[in-house]
Amino acid sequence: MAESLLSLDDLAVHFKVGNALAGGIKTLKAVDGVTLDVKPGECLGLVGESGCGKSTLALAIMGLLPPTRGTMNVDGQQISGATPPDRMKMARTVQMVFQDPYASLNPRQTVRRTLADPLRLHGITDKEEVEARVIDMMAKVGLRPEQADRYPHEFSGGQRQRIGIARALILKPKLVLCDEPVSALDVSIRAQIINLLLELKDEMGLAYIMISHDLGVVEHVSDRVAVMYLGRIVEQGGWQEIFENPRHPYTRALIAAIPDPFHRAAISADAKARGEIASALNPPPGCHFNPRCPLKTDICTAEYPAFGEVSPGHRAACHFRERTQ
Amino acid sequence: MSLALKLPRLRLKGGTSLWVGGGLVAIAISSAILAPWIALTDPVLDANLMNAELPPSWEFPFGTDAQGRDIYSRIVWGARVSLSVGIISQICNSLIGVTLGLTAGYWGGWWDDLVSGLTNLMLAIPSLVFALAIMAILGPGLVSLVIALGLTSWSYSCRIARAQVLSLKSQGYIQAARILGYGDLRIMFTQVLPNILGPLIVIATLGMGGAILAEAALSFLGLGIRPPFPSWGSMLSEARDQITTAPWLSVFPGLAIFFTVLGLNLLGDGLRDYLDPQSTTRRG
Amino acid sequence: MTTPLLKVENLRIALAGDGVTYDAVENVSFEIGRGEAFGLVGESGCGKSITALSVMGLLRRPLSLAGGKIILDGEEIQNVSAAEMRRLRGKRIAMIFQEPMTALNPLSPVGRQIAEMFVLHQGANWNEAMDRAEDALRQVRVPSPERRIKDYPHQLSGGMRQRVMIAIALACGPDLLVADEPTTALDVTVQAEIIDLMAELCAAKGTAVLMISHDLGLVANMCQRVAVMYAGRIVESQVADAIFATPTHPYTQGLIDSLPRLGERARRGRQKLREISGVVPSIANYPSGCRFNPRCPAVTDVCRTIVPEATPLPADGLVRCHHHG
Repeated sequence: MAESLLSLDDLAVHFKVGNALAGGIKTLKAVDGVTLDVKPGECLGLVGESGCGKSTLALAIMGLLPPTRGTMNVDGQQISGATPPDRMKMARTVQMVFQDPYASLNPRQTVRRTLADPLRLHGITDKEEVEARVIDMMAKVGLRPEQADRYPHEFSGGQRQRIGIARALILKPKLVLCDEPVSALDVSIRAQIINLLLELKDEMGLAYIMISHDLGVVEHVSDRVAVMYLGRIVEQGGWQEIFENPRHPYTRALIAAIPDPFHRAAISADAKARGEIASALNPPPGCHFNPRCPLKTDICTAEYPAFGEVSPGHRAACHFRERTQ
Repeated sequence: MSLALKLPRLRLKGGTSLWVGGGLVAIAISSAILAPWIALTDPVLDANLMNAELPPSWEFPFGTDAQGRDIYSRIVWGARVSLSVGIISQICNSLIGVTLGLTAGYWGGWWDDLVSGLTNLMLAIPSLVFALAIMAILGPGLVSLVIALGLTSWSYSCRIARAQVLSLKSQGYIQAARILGYGDLRIMFTQVLPNILGPLIVIATLGMGGAILAEAALSFLGLGIRPPFPSWGSMLSEARDQITTAPWLSVFPGLAIFFTVLGLNLLGDGLRDYLDPQSTTRRG
Repeated sequence: MTTPLLKVENLRIALAGDGVTYDAVENVSFEIGRGEAFGLVGESGCGKSITALSVMGLLRRPLSLAGGKIILDGEEIQNVSAAEMRRLRGKRIAMIFQEPMTALNPLSPVGRQIAEMFVLHQGANWNEAMDRAEDALRQVRVPSPERRIKDYPHQLSGGMRQRVMIAIALACGPDLLVADEPTTALDVTVQAEIIDLMAELCAAKGTAVLMISHDLGLVANMCQRVAVMYAGRIVESQVADAIFATPTHPYTQGLIDSLPRLGERARRGRQKLREISGVVPSIANYPSGCRFNPRCPAVTDVCRTIVPEATPLPADGLVRCHHHG
């Protein structure tokens, strides 16, 4: 078994919110005990709705938020609340592609500067080498060399996302976290970017964490999938297990919610979730999903279910994980 | 200050406001630099009571004052004081304000609380009163005037800078820079600052107008430039009693202030458009 | 044949730019029958939203109606006075938006905002109107409406706010509900609930729906008929099921083929997604002839010069492509 590139062990990120005078200080458990690992060259899909903590988890993985509890190991670098990461070393290991291609590029920097500055910062000072790597990277993401001196506003959304991808890959990282990389793009452009990401993954031997709410995209690109709900992973397994044999009712609800005109009959009404995600400030007792769950019984409000194994590598945090429907 | 803030922001098409504003400011600056050559008489020594309070004529294009000195020459020389006070004090204000605002907005925490508290304190005390206090300690004169005005009205640029940083901080490209290993200062000066320059330049140009007016007020109170050396403000103040009998005494220094402040406002507006890479009117 | 509820004929919407006027929408015609749900699908900038706004009489400069007819129930409404249009809105046509927060008054409790509709349009007194507002909230399945009625918009979640919007829109039993991307800002599980709710309420009240979205799957799920817009023109219009079974325009085919579909990988293994090449043209650079021609795999010379006419398809469908029929 290959060594993990990234492993999270019981990672938690909590925030103190509120005011000591008005209403008191509460703890927001944005990420509450996540255990995950990503191997070199692998794509892990991370699924969840807004408020589930995936953005906070992303920031923690990027080393931008210190963990409150637990540890993280990034390519041999051990990180915890007490030992902050070496940011330069992190930068050469983990990079990120952002959702919004409009806000994620500095409007006052040309493509060349956006790509060349990080190289110089990381000690590549030879002018020709910098230039060669910039042009090579641009070619890899499908941009022409003569576009190097243009500003972001001269590009379309899809092209901007290509620049964003080039920036993430310019330091030759091993792991790239893609945060909803296509959801802000025009529908007819999405396939181009998904294909590009997959090509680059093979070409450069990258590992991805693909955060998306679009299950079609996640199924298409992922080797393994983790489903997150209110700060915790509720189901995790190979893509086929998650999509063909989901064991957590939340995963089923997500799949049932996809409007798919080809399988309209296959959506069973009772798989759908009711209501909306609770606040992480005040999660429901027991299993956090219980107020929305069609399978809810007394035990669900009493205790949080164990993250038990369904089959090797496939785990679900549900008291009824043995039920197939 | 009120004059500068109430001026309408003229929006002329294309780069017109840049050129008109730049032209007005250039006239003011060049007259300050070229004062020894373009002034007709010495602004201080050429007093002649025989010529006192003459209306504008071919000999004295802007008329003369109570001591018979040529108003035109005094305005040309006075530009040196007014502009250097305006520009230097505003550079000080911008440096202080932007540095405090950038760091406070970016780092947050106790430093932000401290800076915000200080800013509110500065805003609560009228800056003119603050400047008065400093002048009282340092004594009158050009240098103390610049120091007094340069230390007292940074709160506007500080607030603007801080608010802009807060709204930019969560933008993807700032995050991306952190992920790429950029240090905090590098992010502040290469990623944040270029993107918030527009409003800061506008504030700085408005502030220059304000500083020119504040100089006038302080000079009037006898704390600024000492007579007989001219500044626009002191000329305006001295002319108050004769506003009905010899209006040219106040009209011409007033116009000088008005056109310079207007020029600065237009220039600020034009610069903002010019500096914005998204602006389609850029470079023609 | 009965008269359709809404008939839009050769609609043209002009966009005034710097000294130039562009046609943002051109030659758009469609009909919506009583109680029918009709979907208008396209990418950002294709003109679908401004088509909806023109039906509501809400076009503002730089946009203006440049031609065509909008006929509601046999009566032309494109030129009626502002006062008359206000009377129609709310009473006969209602609208819900993508972001309900911007459409709700933040300073007024939601119950009051619903009740206002009854007072304004039906002359009810406030007491009676508040009772009816509570009923309306119950109908859109807001839990404990008697308490929620006093809540301000910011106290509600995104899904709840959209329910309130639906309650306001349907308060006076309009004949037509215009829904502009009603679920784009919501999570997938919530989206599914809101769509079900809308479909159910409109069916029960006999309200017709004009649904605007970029999501072909979502629209096809909810609507009986779907029209696809590209660059200001309708390129294809078919019965919802048929548009997936037999997409006819290359753009529609591209849209359907380019997105990874759930279950596809399990059935056929990972295939490279079929891309639609190029970018969405901006309004200033619309190509001549068929506007899809620079991106079309089947392009020929005729596509570059001549605007394709509508060719009828079975069941009142139509397609605008030189290579069909």
